[in-house]
Amino acid sequence: MTLSDASAVMGAAVQLDPALLTREDRAELLRYMTMMRAAEERALSLYKQGKVPGSFYDGRGQEAISVGAAFALSPRDRLCILHRDLGAHFVRGVTPDRYLANYMGRAGGVTGGKDGNLHFGDRSLGCVGMVSMLPDMALVANGMALAMKMRGEDRVALTFFGEGSTANGQWHEAMNFAGVQRLPVVFVLENNRFAYSTPNELEFAADPVERAEGYGLPGVEVDGNDVEAVFAAVHAAVERARGGGGPTLVECQTMRMHGHGAHDDMGYVPPRMLAEWEARDPIGSYAARLVEDLGFAAEEVERIEEEVRAYVAECAERALASPMPEPASALEGVFADRWEPLGDGLAPWSGWAESTDERRAA
Amino acid sequence: MAEMTYLEAISDGLRTEMRRDESVFCLGEDIGAFGGAFKVTDGFAEEFGAERVLDTPLAENAIVGAATGAAIEGMRPVCEMQFADFIACGFDQLVNVAAKLHYRQGQSVPLVVRLPSGGGFSGGPFHSQNPEAWFLQAPGLKVVAPATAADAKGLLASAIRDPNPVCFLEHKGLYRHVRGEVPDGEYTVPIGEARVAREGGELTVIAYGSSVPLALAAAEALGEDIEVLDLRTLCPLDTEAILASARKTGKVLIAHEATRACGVGAEVAALIAAEAFEDLDAPIRRLTAPDVPIPFSPPLEAAVLPQLDDMKEACHELLAC
Repeated sequence: MTLSDASAVMGAAVQLDPALLTREDRAELLRYMTMMRAAEERALSLYKQGKVPGSFYDGRGQEAISVGAAFALSPRDRLCILHRDLGAHFVRGVTPDRYLANYMGRAGGVTGGKDGNLHFGDRSLGCVGMVSMLPDMALVANGMALAMKMRGEDRVALTFFGEGSTANGQWHEAMNFAGVQRLPVVFVLENNRFAYSTPNELEFAADPVERAEGYGLPGVEVDGNDVEAVFAAVHAAVERARGGGGPTLVECQTMRMHGHGAHDDMGYVPPRMLAEWEARDPIGSYAARLVEDLGFAAEEVERIEEEVRAYVAECAERALASPMPEPASALEGVFADRWEPLGDGLAPWSGWAESTDERRAA
Repeated sequence: MAEMTYLEAISDGLRTEMRRDESVFCLGEDIGAFGGAFKVTDGFAEEFGAERVLDTPLAENAIVGAATGAAIEGMRPVCEMQFADFIACGFDQLVNVAAKLHYRQGQSVPLVVRLPSGGGFSGGPFHSQNPEAWFLQAPGLKVVAPATAADAKGLLASAIRDPNPVCFLEHKGLYRHVRGEVPDGEYTVPIGEARVAREGGELTVIAYGSSVPLALAAAEALGEDIEVLDLRTLCPLDTEAILASARKTGKVLIAHEATRACGVGAEVAALIAAEAFEDLDAPIRRLTAPDVPIPFSPPLEAAVLPQLDDMKEACHELLAC
């Protein structure tokens, strides 16, 4: 594998049954990816204006992965979403104002100021927030899947992690445990070519997807900049898990188009590499495909972008109007008084309701 | 009531809770077919099935992480660390994920980590540690350390029913050496309440775990008017009971088997110094292991772990003040 050659990292394409996605589904995929891009651009501008304490991280160039993966999930499935996966939060029902308020440490953020950036999970939407230690959430996803398996439920847990995580011992523990217990869990690996500044060739000698078989689970490689390919691969993995087939590792090949954080100038990335991946931008390429191959009018695609950007602008105003949290709240909430179940998330994919009915009928 | 050992009481408490609530399950290394390194779950797999007495790979982060996820999803997992020392290998999931989830996003994580702790049998540096102070620096964890058979059963039940992650320290030296009457059936002891194990008026020994029977033995041997306060819970501390006893006797010895620096004794001493200084008749003293790893060879280990003579001497010196 040549690090800088965008075309060389693609494995065999996962076949998508064209009937799985309706015209409205495709518009939704574009809408959510655009929403992630627009919200992160707005957050970055807030950061540059000094309104974001701490640091800033985004997932530019990786929008197809979190959107395509989350789109395959049912309301009752559960997710652990990571810091390059804002689109998955939006698919599940988090609104951009709460994301932006969280970045600014406002009371209206998802964590009310207790934690920053994308270190959140809206429990009312079936999500568990990430921690900075990666890939810790893979082990938590295993536990949720274990509970589902023990109760004989028709549900799955899904989590994301970067290729950097695969160097950590907990990744091995997670893959091994999931394989041994054949857990209904889907691991979505985002290979964005760098762990901070460390390139793939200094991260591992064997690609993570090749290691999956060693844990007794299938590894699937997919073009992470193709939202329908990601959806197809994750949908297949989810169905497999739901049917008792156990875990799947889906490695999405992509590129982190911004630095690790806003403080990182990416001086270590060859300019040619960025240019090659820019030409494969997941949003631009999908918009073009909708027009060229899938019967969308150019105006329709433009309208989606305009509507989304206007909506994000409104959300930003709401976020900016949110107050800072009361200092006294810093001392609250260390311990729980009672356990309450996670709520269910949104599941906008059209096929979900239908397949649920069919499954229940069966 | 039935008389049983501390170890049997832990088994009894766990079995009772598993019968009461089918969301309670155990996971750990060699706990199923083998019944656990110390046989706490002996016979459990036969009664509850292999799935609820889950043998895991040798991977402590996977154990605590799986318990965290399962707890979020409504199960009541009880993790067994084969030895308390091995929680070091699962520490990240415990202190960074489980402990902080409620503070960060309002997510309750009702899990228990059972931690066979303590020395006295040549277990060496990796099978003898008392790691309780590690957890006390991780807000969000509750920490209990029973000293009697009845408390072992009752605190384990409370830990399982608590909506937070609870570290349950079970001292290996008490497993078969401590016996006592234990209530039949469902039985709970509230987390956060200390117990006066022996009433007295001249000196308070504040202890927990293995130091409680040591303090009681010293008090009997000396024949002095010594009060022994068994903390039972290390987080949250029963500050009222601590201050009441300190004010009553005016002399305090804090005893634990764990090492000294920044340990429970330091915290309790600071509390008393801040809140009951004017009631004290003598400096607060501590009897602990020194700040060294627990050595293997019997004379070396005995030189490190507090012994009965050490307890008697410490009490005697303080009484003479």
